Amino acid sequence: MFGLTDPWIILAYLSAIGSVAACVIYGVLNWNKGGATPEDLAEDVAWGREEEEIDKEFE
Amino acid sequence: MQSMLFTLSAAAQINIPLLTVIVVIYLFLISYLGWRGYRATQTAADYLVAGRGVHPYIMALSYGATFISTSAIVGFGGVAGLFGLSLLWLTVFNILFGILIAFIFFGKRTRRMSHHLGAHTFSEFLGKRFQSKFIRIFSAAITLIMVVYAAAVLIGAGRHLEGIVGVSFDVALLVFVLITAGYVIAGGLKGVMYSDALQGTLMFIGMLLLLIITLSNSGGLTRAHRDLDKQYHRILSKEHLTAKMNARADKFKIKLKSGTELDLAKGYMGLLGKAKKTGRAPGAEDMRQLLLPQLENPTAPIHAADAAKFFQATRPYIMQYFIMNSLRKGGHRGWTSMPESGTPIWWLIVSTLVLGVGVGVLAQPQLSVRFMTVRSDRELNRSILVGGVFIIVMTGIAFVVGALSNDFFFGKFDGLSAIGVANGNTDSIIPLFLSSSMPPWFNYVFLLTLLSAAMSTMSSQFHTLGTAFSRDIIGASGLLKTDKPSDKQSIITAKLGIALTMLLTIILGYSLPKGFIAAATAIFFGLCASSFLPALAGALYWKRATRIGAVASMVSGFAASLFWLLLVHAGTLKKLGGTSILAGTAWADVDPLMIGLPVSLIVFVVVSLKTAPPDKEHLELCFKQ
Repeated sequence: MFGLTDPWIILAYLSAIGSVAACVIYGVLNWNKGGATPEDLAEDVAWGREEEEIDKEFE
Repeated sequence: MQSMLFTLSAAAQINIPLLTVIVVIYLFLISYLGWRGYRATQTAADYLVAGRGVHPYIMALSYGATFISTSAIVGFGGVAGLFGLSLLWLTVFNILFGILIAFIFFGKRTRRMSHHLGAHTFSEFLGKRFQSKFIRIFSAAITLIMVVYAAAVLIGAGRHLEGIVGVSFDVALLVFVLITAGYVIAGGLKGVMYSDALQGTLMFIGMLLLLIITLSNSGGLTRAHRDLDKQYHRILSKEHLTAKMNARADKFKIKLKSGTELDLAKGYMGLLGKAKKTGRAPGAEDMRQLLLPQLENPTAPIHAADAAKFFQATRPYIMQYFIMNSLRKGGHRGWTSMPESGTPIWWLIVSTLVLGVGVGVLAQPQLSVRFMTVRSDRELNRSILVGGVFIIVMTGIAFVVGALSNDFFFGKFDGLSAIGVANGNTDSIIPLFLSSSMPPWFNYVFLLTLLSAAMSTMSSQFHTLGTAFSRDIIGASGLLKTDKPSDKQSIITAKLGIALTMLLTIILGYSLPKGFIAAATAIFFGLCASSFLPALAGALYWKRATRIGAVASMVSGFAASLFWLLLVHAGTLKKLGGTSILAGTAWADVDPLMIGLPVSLIVFVVVSLKTAPPDKEHLELCFKQ
């Protein structure tokens, strides 16, 4: 295949292409999955508040 | 030297005013993005983890561009020029471990847990997860070893600037660091990631063009593979060396005694060896003396200058003959074959390059911190697609082109392979290939590609180094009050930390030995994996993992890896000028990672099971969904 005779090198080419295909398929299938949950947002808000308070302390 | 001639001819092809305009536009864009980052940076969280609201495209390209430095392209591409396509296994591991496993199994949990724990750096994350100040400071101290890797990246960039533009290596290093310093110090991680995304895009375009032009020059992949196989066997043969030496002798009106060419070549290698020890180039008179007994007519007058010219012209052939034959003895079987299993070359490729770098990527502080920059798992899912495609275009193309450069050189430079043209220095292979095979306009494109690759990796390294130093070492040890995320002092100490580590990198950049780019990368990746990987995986997945277990694992993994590196590993010791305590045995070829990682893993499990389980409340906070 492609002028190659060593099966290990052929396998390396194929595995590289196969693993990229896996990345693309995973990305497409899970494109909209795992968005931020209300808990994440609540944590963000709490974090923001904490930072504000600390900033005030230092002013 | 032949390589010098190529470099000069390449430099002559470059239109300096045009190049200046291109570089200025590029730097303007990067500075603009650094400024955008600076404007958007209000809090320490912005400075350290980009405010945790980064777009998936920027996250993926920033991860990829940080992952892939000039050492992956120039250093490892050059290594592929010497060893061949077996390096493609590293691409496979880069994608499988560096993207798929890293994002799905490590990234998602790192993001969530660091969010719950309020961690802003890799060391802070490990420290808070195991409730240990020691872990935080110790892991930050190991992170500081990254200056060696940063220096390797810097050397790669400097060598390329030297090769293409013709500026001196020393000036190139300095200019390069100063530019990167500007936007990292001002823009924090936002500045770094915005510019990474632009740099990643440029790298992507540059590498794709490189593949297209290389393949069209070599008449397609199949033909190039077949040619490589034939050429490999020719350069190993004594007949090839003899014919090339006689052809060059004719040019200088020298008639060599038939059958003495190999002895002459050996004698010349001896002279080079002596010269290396004394630090002085072999003298022309020494070369004349070496040549005289091998002449068909020893009484014919011959000038020392002609003898020197003759050896200069034959040197690449002599070097390639001895280097490739010694590789052959070490188990190398060609550029289109895997080395013979169990041989020193096989161990080097499989354990140091493929496993060391491929698996080591999972525990890289400057990459892990990127998982902390996105809002949710959805951004990571999307990043996997972009990241996977990015990595194959970077390393896959670099390795294929590196191997195929042999085919090009063989035709263009009268039977020379890549290592011959580069006079034995793998770091020079890719720059020489580009300057001699690509159309002049491509050198501008590729200069930007490599500048981008180096700058994106270095900027992240500096950011990680600086924050490890200021926040985790100075901050956590209580020397300065920098532990509060919004403390303005924390941004200032981080900036000072970054400036300090940059200075250290420049010093190392000037003093590291030649051909060290790929080795330094592998050493850092291996040390990180041995020290951090079991503790990191345990932090994310194993509730029974204990603080003492993690401490013991990190210390033992680091110690075992360092012991192996400095006392046993023949490859590293050769570069450092020492000898292995197990020289002559197969153990001397085994990479430190293969020792350090199992030690660290076993110690982690055993010690954790023997010590009291961690506090339940803390675990609930860590593992909260």
